[in-house]
Amino acid sequence: MEIHEGSDRTPAGSCKGCAERITRRRAMIQAGLGLALIPAAFAAQADSASAPPQAGDLLVRLSDKSLKFLRPDDVVLGAPPLHAWPIVQASNVARNQNRLNELLLLRLDPATLNDETRSISVDGVLAYSALCTHAGCIINDWIPSQNVLACDCHASEFDPREAGKVADGPAAHPLPPLPLKVASGNLVVAKPFAVPIRFDE
Amino acid sequence: MALAGAIFSLGFASYQLSAQQGPAGAAPSPAAAPSTIFRDYKAVTAERLKNPEPANWLQIRGGYSGWGYSELDQITPKNVTQLQLAWVFATGAANAHEAAPLVNNGVMYVSAPGNQVLAINAKTGNLLWRYRRDIPEGSILMHPVSRGVALFGDKVYFASSLAVLVALDAKTGKEIWTSTVENNKKGYYMSGAPLVADGKVIVGVSGGEWGIRGFVAAYDLETGKQVWKRFTIPAPGEPGSETWPKGDEWKTGGGPTWVSGNYDPGSNILYWGVGNAGPSMGELRPGDNLYTSSTIAINAATGGIVGYRQYEPNESFDWDEVSPPLLIDFSRAGRTVKGLIDVARNGYIFYLERTREGPIHFVGANPYVLQTVFKGVDPKTGKIEYNDDHKPRVGKTVDICPMWLGGKNWQYAAFSPKTRMIYVPTSANLCSSTTGTKPEYREGSQYTGGRNALFVAPGADHLGETQAWNVDTGQKAWSYNFPYSSNWGSLLTTASGLVFGGGTADRMFRALDASTGRLLWQMPTSSGVMGQPSTFMVDGKQYVAVMTGWGGDARGVQARLERLRPGEFPEVPEGGSIWVFTLGTGQ
Repeated sequence: MEIHEGSDRTPAGSCKGCAERITRRRAMIQAGLGLALIPAAFAAQADSASAPPQAGDLLVRLSDKSLKFLRPDDVVLGAPPLHAWPIVQASNVARNQNRLNELLLLRLDPATLNDETRSISVDGVLAYSALCTHAGCIINDWIPSQNVLACDCHASEFDPREAGKVADGPAAHPLPPLPLKVASGNLVVAKPFAVPIRFDE
Repeated sequence: MALAGAIFSLGFASYQLSAQQGPAGAAPSPAAAPSTIFRDYKAVTAERLKNPEPANWLQIRGGYSGWGYSELDQITPKNVTQLQLAWVFATGAANAHEAAPLVNNGVMYVSAPGNQVLAINAKTGNLLWRYRRDIPEGSILMHPVSRGVALFGDKVYFASSLAVLVALDAKTGKEIWTSTVENNKKGYYMSGAPLVADGKVIVGVSGGEWGIRGFVAAYDLETGKQVWKRFTIPAPGEPGSETWPKGDEWKTGGGPTWVSGNYDPGSNILYWGVGNAGPSMGELRPGDNLYTSSTIAINAATGGIVGYRQYEPNESFDWDEVSPPLLIDFSRAGRTVKGLIDVARNGYIFYLERTREGPIHFVGANPYVLQTVFKGVDPKTGKIEYNDDHKPRVGKTVDICPMWLGGKNWQYAAFSPKTRMIYVPTSANLCSSTTGTKPEYREGSQYTGGRNALFVAPGADHLGETQAWNVDTGQKAWSYNFPYSSNWGSLLTTASGLVFGGGTADRMFRALDASTGRLLWQMPTSSGVMGQPSTFMVDGKQYVAVMTGWGGDARGVQARLERLRPGEFPEVPEGGSIWVFTLGTGQ
């Protein structure tokens, strides 16, 4: 058998499937007011339900059909991340018709967060996009010993203490954080995502 | 995604700069001059697919046996150093470019990321038409790649990204029909090339990570109507269902089929690879879980499964065995075996016997890369015995070699009947520490359950290879080693004694001597070469074509290696293009 040593050194590089949970409350009210309003009302709701989170949105658990608004105390220190949707405050429409809107919430010790991350948290409660920036899988793993959010599709890991910085794996871009604040005791979206939700793949 | 089709001058040829882009959805390029090239377009027939003429490259691997072999011999080991660039064409897309450029009478047909198909003058590199489909925001598309198109009659068949099969007019790029293969919201998508056989166009599906139930399906060539659909996971009561638990595990059992199969026209049997089961950990679905991580033999007329070979019963490693075995008749113990040779992701080469009736018999197997998971393979029956210390489980971390991406991923090996060797692109000495987790099924979310930490086997001096194995002796003939990269590229071999391929992080496209493995020629391209090379002839001149465009798992492993050994594995430039080479003037 011949063995040849290749030279492959690289020069310095350049280099919705979610449950149908739109609240029908407003549409039903409008239906009671007059049939002519229905198509426009549905269209507006559909747009809201697919649009990305906006400042002033509240948050509800992914699986909560009652659409109870989440409060800081619902997010527990040391617990695995909680998956949530943004919900339009005025209309009560959950933005659950676009999988890119899925969020995860977790609480960390505020003292462990870098300044940027602390500034967008509420007493250590943080919101991030739930979709891995590598290929769009759902971040479904929390490794407490390493304080990283992990994805079991391709093992990308993100550090929520440092604004979602990539900690390991194939992802090239940080996990987008969603700035939070508190109003009337509820968690509220303070600002939209700074960048659109996109994937490396 | 913005697509800017641009042809630019490079090398010794000079071409008019043109930027041609059709409207979104479906569009022949209005700027492309009506070409006389289509006047002579030669319809692709069943006979031509069975006996392809060497000047054309009508299927992704050149023929039904999957060899990646050409009889063309104008480019030889002696003159290959005079290969020059004929033209380059930028696809306007990033991500892994994994398709094979097909060529029929001077027209190249190739698919690219961005859900697009391009028809290009194979001699000049001028765009003839471009087709693309939208990918709406929120679509499930974990790997937005395409491994090529299929040709038949005057149509081009494209397995588009969101699980819609499309038939295009080969001369205009206009849609003739579309057929929804499955629902993308459930996680189904497509990335493999369609296969035309037995008067049908046949596709497999991606989405094994999303709790799908994989299948292979055949469609009418003229209408797009489904003719048959064969699930890779049997329903209760069907043969093989006894290898699944009694519950609903079969409904979300995975078994994707994302690389197109090979075909034996003599027996009318398709040999199609099936990916691993879901969720990832085998203990969550006790049993062998047929037909996951297997080759299945499918009667092309009926879609019935008439034979199979399972490479990893109760799989727990993420080893999709999707690349189909090559149909090669080889010698063993003084007789000729009508064979199948499968270079499995699990790190073993399997020598098998195919039969006219369908059953697949075991002949032999040997590891081709470091393999720590199998205790052994029974030399008579082929039964796999696992080393239990290296079988991942929920809550337990174990080391596995090869890594989850395998000793060879989906990429195609090649075979030359002249040298009697198969040529294999490998990932060598890359292993993983795998920890199992137990996921919950949710439609539209992945259903996997595991973590992989990459590591390099202690003492390893290289990470990838192009290997050559003599199919009659079962012995390794040579290995060309890559110290700093896996080989992520499918291979092409020619009658003149060359092996072409790229696949490495150094962006090279190279030619090796098919007999000795000696490096004869190489050229760095604009990105890492992940496409399937092809070769063809126009106006008496032989060309070699390949897509370059780094991404996908190759990029992921590169990033992980850089974290393990900072400074040694820099980012590879990205952005896809087609590179076409020919001998320089004076030849």
